[in-house]
Amino acid sequence: MASSFSRILSSKRNVGILSLVGAGSLTVGLLLNREQHVSAGAPVRRVYPASAEYPDLRKHNNCMASHLTPAVYAKLCDKATPNGYTLDQAIQTGVDNPGHPFIKTVGMVAGDEESYEVFADIFDPVIVERHNGYDPRTMKHPTDLDASKIRSGQFDEKYVLSSRVRTGRSIRGLSLPPACTRAERREVERVVVNALGGLQGDLSGKYYSLTDMSEKDQQQLIDDHFLFDKPVSPLLTCAGMARDWPDARGIWHNNEKTFLVWINEEDHTRVISMEKGGNMKRVFERFCRGLQEVERLIQEKGWEFMWNENLGYILTCPSNLGTGLRAGVHINLPRLSKDARFAKILDNLRLQKRGTGGVDTAAVGSTFDISNLDRLGQSEVHLVQTLIDGVNFLIECEKRLEKGQDIKIPAPISMRFVCCVF
Amino acid sequence: MNTRLDATMPFGNTHNKLKMNYTAEQEYPDLSQHNNHMAKVLTPEMYANLRDKETPSGFTVDDVIQTGVDNPGHPFIMTVGCVAGDEETYEVFKELLDPVIEDRHGGYKPSDKHKTDLNAENLQGGDDLDPNYVLSSRVRTGRSIRGFCLPPHCSRGERRAIENLSIEGLSSLDGDLKGKYYALKNMTEEEQQQLIDDHFLFDKPVSPLLLASGMARDWPDGRGIWHNDNKTFLVWVNEEDHLRVISMQKGGNMREVFNRFCTGLTKIEGLFKEKGHEFMWNEHLGYVLTCPSNLGTGLRAGVHVKLPNVSKNEKFGEILKKLRLQKRGTGGVDTAAVGGVFDISNADRLGFSEVELVQMVVDGVNLLIEMEKRLEGGQSIDDLMPEQK
Repeated sequence: MASSFSRILSSKRNVGILSLVGAGSLTVGLLLNREQHVSAGAPVRRVYPASAEYPDLRKHNNCMASHLTPAVYAKLCDKATPNGYTLDQAIQTGVDNPGHPFIKTVGMVAGDEESYEVFADIFDPVIVERHNGYDPRTMKHPTDLDASKIRSGQFDEKYVLSSRVRTGRSIRGLSLPPACTRAERREVERVVVNALGGLQGDLSGKYYSLTDMSEKDQQQLIDDHFLFDKPVSPLLTCAGMARDWPDARGIWHNNEKTFLVWINEEDHTRVISMEKGGNMKRVFERFCRGLQEVERLIQEKGWEFMWNENLGYILTCPSNLGTGLRAGVHINLPRLSKDARFAKILDNLRLQKRGTGGVDTAAVGSTFDISNLDRLGQSEVHLVQTLIDGVNFLIECEKRLEKGQDIKIPAPISMRFVCCVF
Repeated sequence: MNTRLDATMPFGNTHNKLKMNYTAEQEYPDLSQHNNHMAKVLTPEMYANLRDKETPSGFTVDDVIQTGVDNPGHPFIMTVGCVAGDEETYEVFKELLDPVIEDRHGGYKPSDKHKTDLNAENLQGGDDLDPNYVLSSRVRTGRSIRGFCLPPHCSRGERRAIENLSIEGLSSLDGDLKGKYYALKNMTEEEQQQLIDDHFLFDKPVSPLLLASGMARDWPDGRGIWHNDNKTFLVWVNEEDHLRVISMQKGGNMREVFNRFCTGLTKIEGLFKEKGHEFMWNEHLGYVLTCPSNLGTGLRAGVHVKLPNVSKNEKFGEILKKLRLQKRGTGGVDTAAVGGVFDISNADRLGFSEVELVQMVVDGVNLLIEMEKRLEGGQSIDDLMPEQK
């Protein structure tokens, strides 16, 4: 091991051992909690006053623009995280992408774990808005990866074509994709690929680096719908996450093609469990098992995931904080999808529809991607159960409409967050 | 060597200190698939020597090369692959940029001196390029305002300051140069359409070569177009450079175009000096611009010219090379010719003066037109073949 890493590693080993002491499926983040104040890095050198640097956000419609007042900008613009990440970098994507009158994007990213602390004055209100009132200053996020708690996780395959759960994980101590250096990005790849190499049984698999992929492997990955491309969305490229492409990017999947990990795309890792058909319970079981195995394997080497009790799992985009979890199905709903009440039903069930190409695509025919809306403030088990209950309800609606029976809009699911007790 | 390591940058690889936790080898980019000037020159040893350096405003070698790392290039077209973030970049990173400059600019050495000559009187002829063939004539260059960071690196405050200075300076122009500024973010629909129809409006860059260097940040803040009432003199503010200055008109009177160009530039320079600002210039690199390919004069003088016969001749490429000219389509760089009409301009930027380069265009285009006429008449052009300039 190169000597430059030994200092970082030795401190990680200690943390790793301590965090194993934590019980059950909870991962305890010891380095960072809201009571500690992260010491900011060296102040940013400014030639112009904050008022001359404040971005023109008059035509903007994103969460950052809604909350970045001149006063907040002035307060934060001369701060940097210990790694040197600045406010201007965090908001660049939101300045460059004014947004859409109908779709409100987040408009900012984190460059490292400490960003959420050093720039809390802007991240916190953005998080509250994006996550429906969840306030990281006063609330705790529950993490629960115990798949045995799931009920009725097998869908009617006359309607559900496939089931999938995805999340992301970040490696503590390394900068996030908008800010990482090439060496850090390569280190993320090394740490994760090394851990994945330790997976066994139905999880054992292989890594395909984007830089060394053969034509044949590339075609296979495309056919399997596994291959990810260099991002083209300006929301991502303006944040700097596509730098040095395709260096240290790759795809790992198990031999059965039901467990997939993307490395260094929009996050350090994106973890996906999927299969054809409607066995969401099995998909989620594999998801939890795989995640916990990977976590155990990285901890053996002294690494851990970024997590804290207020924000849950830390990811690049504030929209993915908490669980970072999107559980969804591809489902045929020919009658329900044409019903005028469809949108309201989804809304009340806390579900979201997308086309089968994923975010920003349209549905083909009457096949939709239906997934949970929420990410933060509810645990993984809770969100997956909500998805399962919701999809079962949608199937019931579809069946009733098939028989000519009427359907009812369900009562909205209430969302309760866990508040901190001081 | 300046070590103001507390300076941080608004874009990209800010973390110079963080990178130093890793070895040079761990940080060295993978350039194995790359074909650009930067990749040809940047050895691991050179990267190791340069990676702990910063310009006074905090620009690092990783910032310089990011566009070249992100854009491996093309097997046939050799891009530059690096940019400057400020005037000092060319000094602090000379170990990398000198060989890039030498390769790009025909062997220009670190010890060479560049001649600036903006005296339009020194041009011979050029007022009568045959209008049956030459549809339009144009000269462009760029200018950077000393003391400010360049587009890949500048903050919003700096970019706005550059815009304000430019507006102030340009508003003092009078006579046939008198004109008006159109800020990109305040433009009315009507103004926008007019500028499009005049072929003046520039868009947010889409080329990944430009985007990867960070010059499109905060678009369209601080960007705009100024042009004179006659629509023959045009200035772009904060696109790829602080200023791009363009003189143009229909027909073949390149002399008049160049005259206006020199007059206008000289006046603008004078107006900036009155306010205590000067252009970035030194006797080795001439005018300093964002891309090393535009150093020296930053000048591209060209015509849109009908050459349907000459362009089909097997020796066309060779002729252009000997004349030190370059062909493009009429949409500009990276476009194809339409209907036998080509954009013919000088290939060089550095190591020749403005007058010398425009002279090459004038003389070269005259020769090409003569060749075109011969070929129209079914005659040979062998005796017209030029020597290498």
